[in-house]
Amino acid sequence: MSGLFLAILGAAFATFMAGIGSSIGVGKAGVAAAGVLSEEPSLFSKVLILMLLPATQGIYGLLVAFLTLQAVGVIGEPVGDISVAKGALYLAASLPIAFSGLISAIHQGKCSVAGINTVSKKPDQMGKALIIPAMVETYAILALLISILAINGIKVLAI
Amino acid sequence: MAILQMQRINIYALTKHCKSILEALQRMGVVEIEKLDVSDSIFYREDTGSLQASYKRNAATVKNASEILTSFVKYKKPLLSSLQGRKVLGKEDYYKQAEDYTRILNVAYGIIRDNKKIAESKAKLVALQSRLESLLPWQTLDVPLKSYSTASTTTFVGSFPEKLNLELILTELNSIAPDLSLYDIEIVSVDEHQTCIFAVCANSQAEDFSDALRKIGFILPIFSTSVSPMEAIEDIKEKIIKREKTIDEYKSRIIAQKDMLSSLQFFEDYFIMKAEQYEQVDNLTYSPHTFVMTGYIAQRDAQKLSDYLLKNFDAQVELEDATGEDVPVALSNNKFTEPVEGVLLSYSAPHRKELDPTGIMAIFYYVFFGMMFSDAGYGLVMSLGCAVAVLAFKNMESSLKRSLKMFFWCGISTLFWGLMFGSFFGDAVAVISNTFFGAQPPVIPGITTPIWFNPTEGAGPTKLLMFSFLLGIIHLFAGLLLQAVNYIRNGKWLYAIYDDLSWMLLVGGAVLALLSTEMLASMAGFRLSSVWLTIGGVMALIGAVLILFCSARNRNPFKRLIKGAYNLYGVTSYLSDILSYSRLLALGLATGVVAQVFNQLGSMFGSGVIGVIGFIVVFIIGHALNIGINALGAYVHTNRLQFVEFFGKFYEGGGREFKPYAVNTKYYNIKEDI
Repeated sequence: MSGLFLAILGAAFATFMAGIGSSIGVGKAGVAAAGVLSEEPSLFSKVLILMLLPATQGIYGLLVAFLTLQAVGVIGEPVGDISVAKGALYLAASLPIAFSGLISAIHQGKCSVAGINTVSKKPDQMGKALIIPAMVETYAILALLISILAINGIKVLAI
Repeated sequence: MAILQMQRINIYALTKHCKSILEALQRMGVVEIEKLDVSDSIFYREDTGSLQASYKRNAATVKNASEILTSFVKYKKPLLSSLQGRKVLGKEDYYKQAEDYTRILNVAYGIIRDNKKIAESKAKLVALQSRLESLLPWQTLDVPLKSYSTASTTTFVGSFPEKLNLELILTELNSIAPDLSLYDIEIVSVDEHQTCIFAVCANSQAEDFSDALRKIGFILPIFSTSVSPMEAIEDIKEKIIKREKTIDEYKSRIIAQKDMLSSLQFFEDYFIMKAEQYEQVDNLTYSPHTFVMTGYIAQRDAQKLSDYLLKNFDAQVELEDATGEDVPVALSNNKFTEPVEGVLLSYSAPHRKELDPTGIMAIFYYVFFGMMFSDAGYGLVMSLGCAVAVLAFKNMESSLKRSLKMFFWCGISTLFWGLMFGSFFGDAVAVISNTFFGAQPPVIPGITTPIWFNPTEGAGPTKLLMFSFLLGIIHLFAGLLLQAVNYIRNGKWLYAIYDDLSWMLLVGGAVLALLSTEMLASMAGFRLSSVWLTIGGVMALIGAVLILFCSARNRNPFKRLIKGAYNLYGVTSYLSDILSYSRLLALGLATGVVAQVFNQLGSMFGSGVIGVIGFIVVFIIGHALNIGINALGAYVHTNRLQFVEFFGKFYEGGGREFKPYAVNTKYYNIKEDI
């Protein structure tokens, strides 16, 4: 098994696990949003924003995958052979956003659903409805940060 | 950045001016009227509930009519109509249009009546069509559709609920009643679901024949005709055509009113305004010839209003500084900070005795938003978009205008940080020059090379992380300072030392001490000399002691120490608060890297003509997507940093927002300046 395989496995993990989380989260929020629109079409822009909140985890996953692919030279400038140890490190670096993204997006989706319900009854409470799902996202952001810092660090390791 | 001084205003005037004064106040929108509850032998209150109801009913009628009208007539909606705002109407035009009262109301009733006729006709049409369908199977029958008898025979008209043929029916009849013989059956029509028959039978066997038929599922039709089915069908078809004509007639009658839409909308606003005026009448107190009104007004408007009322209506106005718990809160800020008021109010209006934090918040708001969005190109797009929209649409609603102004300043900040970090649509310039010109990109500070440093390369992320934490600490300290100022304004300067200075000493000292240790120095890239370890340690110690012994307010010394120890444990929350600012780095990187991803994707089409087209398409779609999602993220997380980390340190809120009695319309903005 080559190091490159491990690194790409990490990129894949980051993309598809965070992506699954965002799909579930946005999906749930989308169902609630469509329900609200059947009664109040004028709230479209507000519920759309709430619905999109859990979409960010998927993008964070994409981001980490992209950085990994760039670091191992699959896109951009080639960097030569990747040792098994280095590949395994890249795999490990992708785990924070993979798991944190998956789970936080699902739960953020639930908060978004609740926020959409709030907005449907009290459209002027948009600010508060927006902040509650954002609390959950904090943990995806922290995971993203660690993944980025790790990849950045591994890139310069001489192993 | 201030909370406006409110004044209580009492207006005394003659009852004959009451209506005009209320209308004027409504158009100016500067007074919040309060209920005045005095009733004695002279003063009384009026109940206008039924008048309000009739105005609301009229408003609903006109609204209904304009909805009907818009469902029949396709009105062209100009592009970006949501930015346009309400049409502005002067006072004279307003009164002139309002004279048309009865005519427009009649138009509205007419439209509603015609629409009702259409609905009725449509219901009848459905009934006719279903009757037509049920008659169709019988159209070959040449006698009326009903059972009748002659002197010696009886006829049967009806159907079996399945597909049958004559042979089957005869065999079944034979097996059920072999004695029957004096009958004849004719099949009128057959389809998948039913078989329609016409049968004749001798009177002597009619009863047995009927029983036998029923046993194999014969049912009589649910209706009968006096003429032959064919004739009945023709008749119904004629009726349908007539009904359709009627519907078209009514439709064209409604469509003929298509120019009335703006008048209908005007009167919807008019009736709502009237209903609201009478709602306010309930708050006034009358004597036989005068009335009294009380409420709140901002001090800056008070004198102008009282002059105006005296001049035009001979009204006496009494003003005094408002005190008490229920005084509403109105904010006043300069052009740079005012746009952020909306964010503050969406959290909560400040308490009346609190400092308005809008000004300080605005600075941090713009800086944080810019760092999270951090792309010069995106900032430029956002600022230009907002500026053009605000300048092009003069009548835009004030709340929308405020948001756009806020995003304008956020865009400027984004532009600034983008130049600092060398991001212009990601690395667009480098990718374009590499792909299409095969050359190294030109060095343009801010666009291709960062003015400060590149946060995605080498030690960049750690450097930016440290900077984010520094900004976070400044933000938190600003919050503590605001709390200290609030304490000092209320004469509690000791609390400012116990609750605010103590934490600044503890957190500040700890940071200084940590920066002189090996652990943090390797991350920060610099190390303070070991003197700072002592200085920081002493500062932190003083802070901790203050918190432990003084931060709790209990008299019992034991309880006080326990509570103080618990407060000291709150230092963990400071740690998490500071770490929370790492999102400044993370979201900033997210914008930059996703922008690079799209540039890379765009460059994959090569350098030919197809390459250029592909690049442009990917560039526009990709960056639009990135702007959308990351602007949303930056907005939400900037709000979070303000609401949770910053407000958590000092903000009490809970003030009642000043809601002046004003024109509250949908289509027209009727304004009168003092």
